[in-house]
Amino acid sequence: MIFDHDVLVIGAGLAGMRSALEAARSGADVAIVSKVHPVRSHSNAAQGGINAALGEGDSWESHAFDTVKGSDYLADQDAVEVMCQEAPGDIIEFEHMGCIFYRNEDGRLGTRAFGGASQARTYFVGDITGQALLITLYDQILKAGVKVYEEWFATAFYVEDGACAGAVALELITGELHLLRAKAVIDGAGGVGRLYEPSTNALICTGDGYALAYRAGAALADMCMVQYHPTTLAGSGFLMTEAARGEGAYLLDKNGDRFLKKYAPTKMELAARDVISRAETLEIAAGNGIDGNVLLDSRHLGPDVILKKLPQIHEMALDYLGIDMIKAPVPVRPGMHYMMGGVKTDIDGATKVPGLYAAGEVACVSVHGGNRLGANSLLDTIVFGRRSGKAAAAYAKSVERPRGGSALLRSEQERLSALLARPYKGETHAKVRLDLATMMDRYVGVYRDDEGLRKALEELKRLRRRYEDVAVGDKGRVFNQALQFVLELGFLLDCAEPVIREALMRTESRGAHARTDYPERNDAEWLKHVLFTYRGPDAEPGVSYMPVTITRWKPEVRSY
Amino acid sequence: MQFTIEIGRYNPEGKYSDAVSREEGYPPPWDKAPPRRYQTYTVDLPEHAVVLDGLIAIREYQDESLAVRCACRSAICGSCAMWINGHAHLACKSKLQEFTKNGKTRVESPPSMPVVRDLVWGMDPFWQKHHAVTPWLEPKQPMPGPREEYRVPNAAMENLIQEVSCISCGCCLMDCESFAINDQFLGPHALAKAYRYAADPRDATVQQRLDHDGHGGGIWDCTHCYECVQQCPKGVAPLDQILKLRKMAVDAGFTKNPGTRHADAFAESVRDSGRLNELTLMPKSTGFFNIVGQLQTLPSAINMLRAGKLPPIVHHKIPGVQRIKTIFQRVGGRFKK
Repeated sequence: MIFDHDVLVIGAGLAGMRSALEAARSGADVAIVSKVHPVRSHSNAAQGGINAALGEGDSWESHAFDTVKGSDYLADQDAVEVMCQEAPGDIIEFEHMGCIFYRNEDGRLGTRAFGGASQARTYFVGDITGQALLITLYDQILKAGVKVYEEWFATAFYVEDGACAGAVALELITGELHLLRAKAVIDGAGGVGRLYEPSTNALICTGDGYALAYRAGAALADMCMVQYHPTTLAGSGFLMTEAARGEGAYLLDKNGDRFLKKYAPTKMELAARDVISRAETLEIAAGNGIDGNVLLDSRHLGPDVILKKLPQIHEMALDYLGIDMIKAPVPVRPGMHYMMGGVKTDIDGATKVPGLYAAGEVACVSVHGGNRLGANSLLDTIVFGRRSGKAAAAYAKSVERPRGGSALLRSEQERLSALLARPYKGETHAKVRLDLATMMDRYVGVYRDDEGLRKALEELKRLRRRYEDVAVGDKGRVFNQALQFVLELGFLLDCAEPVIREALMRTESRGAHARTDYPERNDAEWLKHVLFTYRGPDAEPGVSYMPVTITRWKPEVRSY
Repeated sequence: MQFTIEIGRYNPEGKYSDAVSREEGYPPPWDKAPPRRYQTYTVDLPEHAVVLDGLIAIREYQDESLAVRCACRSAICGSCAMWINGHAHLACKSKLQEFTKNGKTRVESPPSMPVVRDLVWGMDPFWQKHHAVTPWLEPKQPMPGPREEYRVPNAAMENLIQEVSCISCGCCLMDCESFAINDQFLGPHALAKAYRYAADPRDATVQQRLDHDGHGGGIWDCTHCYECVQQCPKGVAPLDQILKLRKMAVDAGFTKNPGTRHADAFAESVRDSGRLNELTLMPKSTGFFNIVGQLQTLPSAINMLRAGKLPPIVHHKIPGVQRIKTIFQRVGGRFKK
C-alpha cells in the first residue's frame, strides 16, 4: 500500500519522538515508522542522567567548554553552543510534560556529578533517566495523536528528484511491503552497537539509520569515533552507569589501588570516558586486572545511596553475576557503547540531501566530536530532535507532495523476494554478524594501528562476499525475523566501511580514536571532519573533509 | 551445560496446524489462544544462562524461523515477556537452571493474549488499557515559567518512581486473574499508571481521574490475587498502587459505587460481629434499593445454594466482639464509630 504524510520519522526513540512531537506542534501531519514499539527503543537504556547548566553558579559557557574539551576539540562549537544554551529550556519542558526528576530540599531540580564536567549539572531519575524521559515522551505522542507504524522495518529511503521523499517499509506482522511518502523525512533510527561484540547496546541497534541515509546520498562523518564505556559488566557487557562513579564509586585494580591516579590525577574516576577506558585497557594488558576486568567499588557509598540512586545496576549485578554491590566490588571492563559520528547535519538537523533530516545518535551535528561526555547524549536527542522536527515541518510547507515511488516499491519487493529465494550454502546472518563484530572489536576497538586496520579492511571485503551467500532461514511472511536480520546485517556492513577507513586515514590520536603508531593529536593535519559518501556496495566510498567550526575555544592540551 | 527448552510454536500461516499436541488441562481452560505445537530444542550454554540466551541461541544456530521479541537483554526494554513454565516472566531475567523442571523449561506466548507467531504476542489489549487512563500530565495552572520547574518535594517524586520503573512488559496483565474473566478490567499496569498521575502533585485533574478509575473495570474490580505483584520483574507492585488509588478515591468522597460499598460492608461486618457476614455482603455491595442489581445476583445465589455453598442464614457474633470494636477505634478512620 501507499501512505502519504507531511513528515515521516524513522525511529521512535527520544530523538525520533521528540522530532515528531515538534513537527506535529508545527501543524504537520506526522507519522513515525519504528521496527519496535516506541517504549522498546534503546533510549530507555540511558541510565545516569541529562546535562544542563540550569543551577545557580553554572553557565552554558562552562557546559559548552567541558563538552568541547571532552570532544578533544573535534566538536563543532556553534552546535555545542546551541545545545548548551537550549539545554535548560528543554529539560524544564520535560518536567512540565510530567517527567519526574530528583529534587533538592527546596523542591527544585537536583543534580549529580558526571564525568568530564567541571560542575555537577546532571539531572536524573534514579538510574532510569532514559526510561523516564521515553515514557513521558511516548505519552505525549499519544496525547498529540501522532500516527505510529509500529513494528514496521524501513528497508530503503525514497528519493525523488534529488530530494528525500519517504521510505519503503516492511510491516513485520503481515510481511507486506509499503511505500510511505512524505515531503520531509527525519532519520532518528539510533546507533549501531551490533557492529561490535561485546557492546552495551540492544540487539536492535543495527545502524539502519546510518545505512539508509548513506545509501540515499547523505554523508557519514567522524565514523571512527567509537566510544567505549569504562564500566560494562563482566561477561554480559551490560552498562553500569557512570552515575555510580558520579555518586563516588572507585575503580580499583587487582591490588585494590585506584589506578586512575596515574592517568587522571585531578578528576580521577570522573575523567572523560575515553581516558578511563584507555587506562583500564592498559592496566588489564599489564596484568593488573582480574580475568580481564577491573573492579567498580561502591561499598563505601552505603546501602541508602545504592538502593535509592542506583537500584537498577544493583539489581543487574545481582541478577547476572550474583554480586551485591553493597557488599562487594563488581568486575567491569570497557565495552563499546556509542557512536560519536554519524549522518552529518547542520544545527537544524538538515543533511546534504534536501528533505532529509537526522537527529540523535545516528546524526553527527557534531556536538560530541571525538568523545561524548556522559549525560550529553540524552540532551543531544531532545535538543536536536526538537530542532529537526521544527525545521522538517517548515521545509514540508515549502515543497510539493511527492507523487511517484511505485518503481522503488517494486524493486524493493524484488530484492526481498530474491533474498528469500537464495539457497542455503552454509552461511547464516548470525555467523557473519558475529565474525564482523568480533573483528571490529579486535582491530577497531580502544587501541588501533595501521597493520590491524588494514587487516580489518581486508576482512570486511571477505565478509561482504560471505554476505552474498547468506540465506534467509525462514520463508514465511508473518514476523519473518530472519529476513529482518539479513537486511540489518547489510546495514551493519555498510556502517563498518567508513569506521575502518577513517580510522586508517586519521594518523593521529584524538578522543576515542587512539592509534598506538600515532599517539599524539595532530591539529595541523587532522582538526577536521572526514566525510564519506556511498558509491555502491562494491565501490570505494567518496571521501571529503570539512573544517571544524571553532567559535571561542582554541584547541589546548587535554588533561583531567 | 545442556539445557532443554520446549517452545510453544504457532504460525498463523498454518504450517503447524496439522501437528497440534496438548497435554490434558494445559494450558488452563481460560486459554483463548489458537492451538500450538510444542517443539523441543537442546542448547549448550554457560550455567548462569537465562532463558533468552537459550532462545537466541536456538534462533541463531538451530532454527531461524523461531519468532521472539527481544532487544536490551537486561530487563530494561520489556520486549521478552512470555510464559515460562506457566507463568509470566521476562526471558532475559529468568535463569535456565532455576526454571528447569523435570529436565526442561517450557516457554510459550501467554494464553490470555492474542498470539502473533511463536513467542510474539499481540500487545493491543495492554496498550488500549494504558491509553484509557489518560497517561499524561494535565499540568496544574498557572504553569511555572519556561525556565522554572514545578516546586514539589522530592518525596512526592520518589513516591512515583516505583511506577515509573514500569517497563510495560505486560507480565502483570497476562497473569491477571481479573483480566482473565473480564477483558474490560483496566488491568494492573494501567491502574498503577493511573495512580502515578493521580498522585502527581503537578496534575490538575485528580478528581476526574479518581472518578474515572472508580467505575466498572477500574480499581474496585481487582480481586487482590497478588499475581501482578509476584510476576512484575521491576518491583512496581501494581496492586500496592491500586490500593493507594482506592484510598485516595475514598478519601476524596468517591464512595457511591459497588466497590466502596463492598469494602464498607466488609469492614462493618467485621467490626460489628467479628466475622464476615457473607449473606449481606452482596446486597450491601450492590445497594439495597438497587432491585435490578439484586435480581442479577440471583443466578449466582441459586448456583451457590445448589452447590451447598450458601452462607448460614443466621449470622453469629464471635465471643468478645467488643475487643474488635476497640481495634477499629484505635485504628481510627471511617469505621471507628
